[in-house]
Amino acid sequence: MAVIVRVPTPLRRLTNGQGEVQVEALTIREAVEKLESLYPGFKERLLDENGELRKFVNIYLNDEDIRFLKGIDTELKDGDVLSIVPAIAGGF
Amino acid sequence: MFKFTEEQIKRYARHIILPEVGGKGQEKLLNSKVLVIGAGGLGSPAILYLAAAGVGTIGIVDFDVVDFSNLQRQVIHNTERVGTPKVESAKKTVEMLNPDVKVITYNTRISKENIMDIIKDYDVVLDGTDNFPTRFLINDACYFAGKPLVSAAMLRFEGQVSVFDYRNKENSPCYRCLFPEPPPPGLVPSCQEAGILGSIGGIMGCIQATEAIKLILGIGEPLVGKLLIMDALSMDFRKVKLRKDPSCPLCGEKAVIKELIEYEQVCDVHF
Repeated sequence: MAVIVRVPTPLRRLTNGQGEVQVEALTIREAVEKLESLYPGFKERLLDENGELRKFVNIYLNDEDIRFLKGIDTELKDGDVLSIVPAIAGGF
Repeated sequence: MFKFTEEQIKRYARHIILPEVGGKGQEKLLNSKVLVIGAGGLGSPAILYLAAAGVGTIGIVDFDVVDFSNLQRQVIHNTERVGTPKVESAKKTVEMLNPDVKVITYNTRISKENIMDIIKDYDVVLDGTDNFPTRFLINDACYFAGKPLVSAAMLRFEGQVSVFDYRNKENSPCYRCLFPEPPPPGLVPSCQEAGILGSIGGIMGCIQATEAIKLILGIGEPLVGKLLIMDALSMDFRKVKLRKDPSCPLCGEKAVIKELIEYEQVCDVHF
């Protein structure tokens, strides 16, 4: 399944500045693995040492928070859009 | 019936002509009290538009002084004010813009000791602060006090904004439903690495002011249960669903947070 991953600006240093990348994956977990192989460092930004999504990062499948689906094991279909939304604090 | 002066009728004519606002709505604005925490990149435009709109009382909290490095985005301050407290600088600008507005300044760092006392008199709270510990503190305090919170944050070319309506706790998710805990040091870009395009604050701060005004007027659909994410490089605005998390440590079924918590400051550098 080809899905689009929207990369937030703080993580774009890993993707050579790209705001959107495409990966082939059947689940979100697989998508994260693919991202890690393409852009090393991605996985540890998203998942903790137990392989669970970090508490200050959210992933949305289209407009739904994956924590309210099957989490990181949620299945993907062609054309899905994954958005990574980290907590940011700047008011500066 | 509220008696507008001739000057007020002229000043607010473009509001009063809107059926959604009208004379009654303008009266609501003039009687409203909004607290803005942080007179920086988000607070500057938010305060300016709230003041121009005739929000009758604006509270401003900030402990910092105006620095040259602020002026690239903090449009309520100016070159002459460098070195003066931000709350005083903001107050002067508001007074020049609209004499109808009463400004109450709090030249102090918001803390678990003072926050409940500061927020208690306000109808709406805007969060424009620059660190996670303060954001979690403001969220928890607004939740306990039942105050609607308009929260925005930004980094580099990106912004996030949402409304947590704690007047209606049963139906509104909270900031901790979105992010249960602040990130530990090292996993988000450090303060030194961070930057911000100045105009992003203008966009996000104006959205905060708009949401606050909508809440006061009771019009439209506020961003409750929604997170608006803006990416200025592609100029994408996306809304994602924000659900009430049954396992939320603050508002969930087995909530464990019953009092204010002050997290350690991960980074105390100011821009």
